[in-house]
Amino acid sequence: MGSFFTPLSWNDTGFILTGVWNTVIISTVAIVIGTILGLMVGFIRAESNKLTNAILGAVLDVLRSVPLIIQLILFSTYVGAIGHPMDPFVAGSIVLSLYTMAFMSEVFRGGFESVQQSMKVAARSLGMTYWQSVYHISLPIGMRAVFPSWLGVSLSVIKDSALVSVIGYMELLRTSEQLISRTQQPLEILIGVGIFYFIISYPLSVYGKYVERKMAL
Amino acid sequence: MDYEFHWNTVFQKFPEMLQGAFVTLHVSVLSMLIGIAIAVLLAIAKMNSIKPFNYVAIGWIEIARNTPALFQIYMAYFGLGALGIHLSPYASVLGALIFINAGYLAETFRGGFQSIPKTQYSASKSLGMSSFQSYRYIILPQMFRRIYHPMTNQFVWSILMSSLGILVGMGELSGETQRLQSLSFRTLEFFIVAAVMYYLITKLVLISSSLISRKLFRGEI
Repeated sequence: MGSFFTPLSWNDTGFILTGVWNTVIISTVAIVIGTILGLMVGFIRAESNKLTNAILGAVLDVLRSVPLIIQLILFSTYVGAIGHPMDPFVAGSIVLSLYTMAFMSEVFRGGFESVQQSMKVAARSLGMTYWQSVYHISLPIGMRAVFPSWLGVSLSVIKDSALVSVIGYMELLRTSEQLISRTQQPLEILIGVGIFYFIISYPLSVYGKYVERKMAL
Repeated sequence: MDYEFHWNTVFQKFPEMLQGAFVTLHVSVLSMLIGIAIAVLLAIAKMNSIKPFNYVAIGWIEIARNTPALFQIYMAYFGLGALGIHLSPYASVLGALIFINAGYLAETFRGGFQSIPKTQYSASKSLGMSSFQSYRYIILPQMFRRIYHPMTNQFVWSILMSSLGILVGMGELSGETQRLQSLSFRTLEFFIVAAVMYYLITKLVLISSSLISRKLFRGEI
């Protein structure tokens, strides 16, 4: 009598690569959108008064204090309940981008606040407009220092993108889980998945540490 | 919006959700305590020059920091199963969290220890303190102050990440919520309550941590 389970074979390569590709795509989307939104929110938080800051802070705080997996489930059930079900990729990208934004905004806010007030005043006294001083002074000076933290947040987003599988997006861990239930070879598959994440994450984290050390000198 | 909220179902099941929240706290506290103990050993091993210990520590730390938490949990749940070690959902989530906490905290401890200038040690020795005394009264208190906040963050992270238990059928807050909503299909209501509970738990932890730090580090920088 034959087995229900078929072992891992080269034919599965395409399936695994789809998972790899989907992980890469959704992480990239979340990092790009999260960085842009985070830059804007971080700028607003660094420049605005206490009240705006408190309101923005409270909203971002919710995004940081509720587990990502719950946010994903809530969002995708909500859009389903109001009658606009979304593709898992779209729903996942939205939630993951906002989650990224919450962390990025803190990083960028710190960067903007590290620019000395006297430099901004000096820029204005040289006849720059407000936006010119932002573009030529605050951005380049403030953003240089935040690169290692930015990289750290981006790396954690790549790892957190695995959670989008919970709403049905076929990223790497979900494809591997399906392969496991078919082949019953969890160890081989999972070790492969782990190596993939490690290969992406480790060199970048080493690079981040290197940049940090170089900037500290 | 033509969705009708039915909160009654949730209120009836609220005690069970509280029980789930208790399991969440339980697993994250335990993973922190054991994680801290292992992290101390890993940090010492990494700073040491005995090669085998050194390699184990570096391998552990880098794997824990560079792979997703969900991967660790699958590894504990499915991967170890292939080796004949069958862990319960609770044990695999706990194991994975311990593994990751130990990896992250080891780096925190090492960084905190190395941030204390060597001159502090020499100064305390020259004041006539023994090795033990200088660690006990000079080095470790300063180090503790620097690692206190990263440790709090790691604890909050553990609480949030224990929610991955939902994927292996563990009975913590998320898993319990998932089970309860599947009985009644009031998915939104149940998960909204769960989200609020997570929010309150993390806030409670952060507030009490800052109160404790004010007490502990009173009059210091």
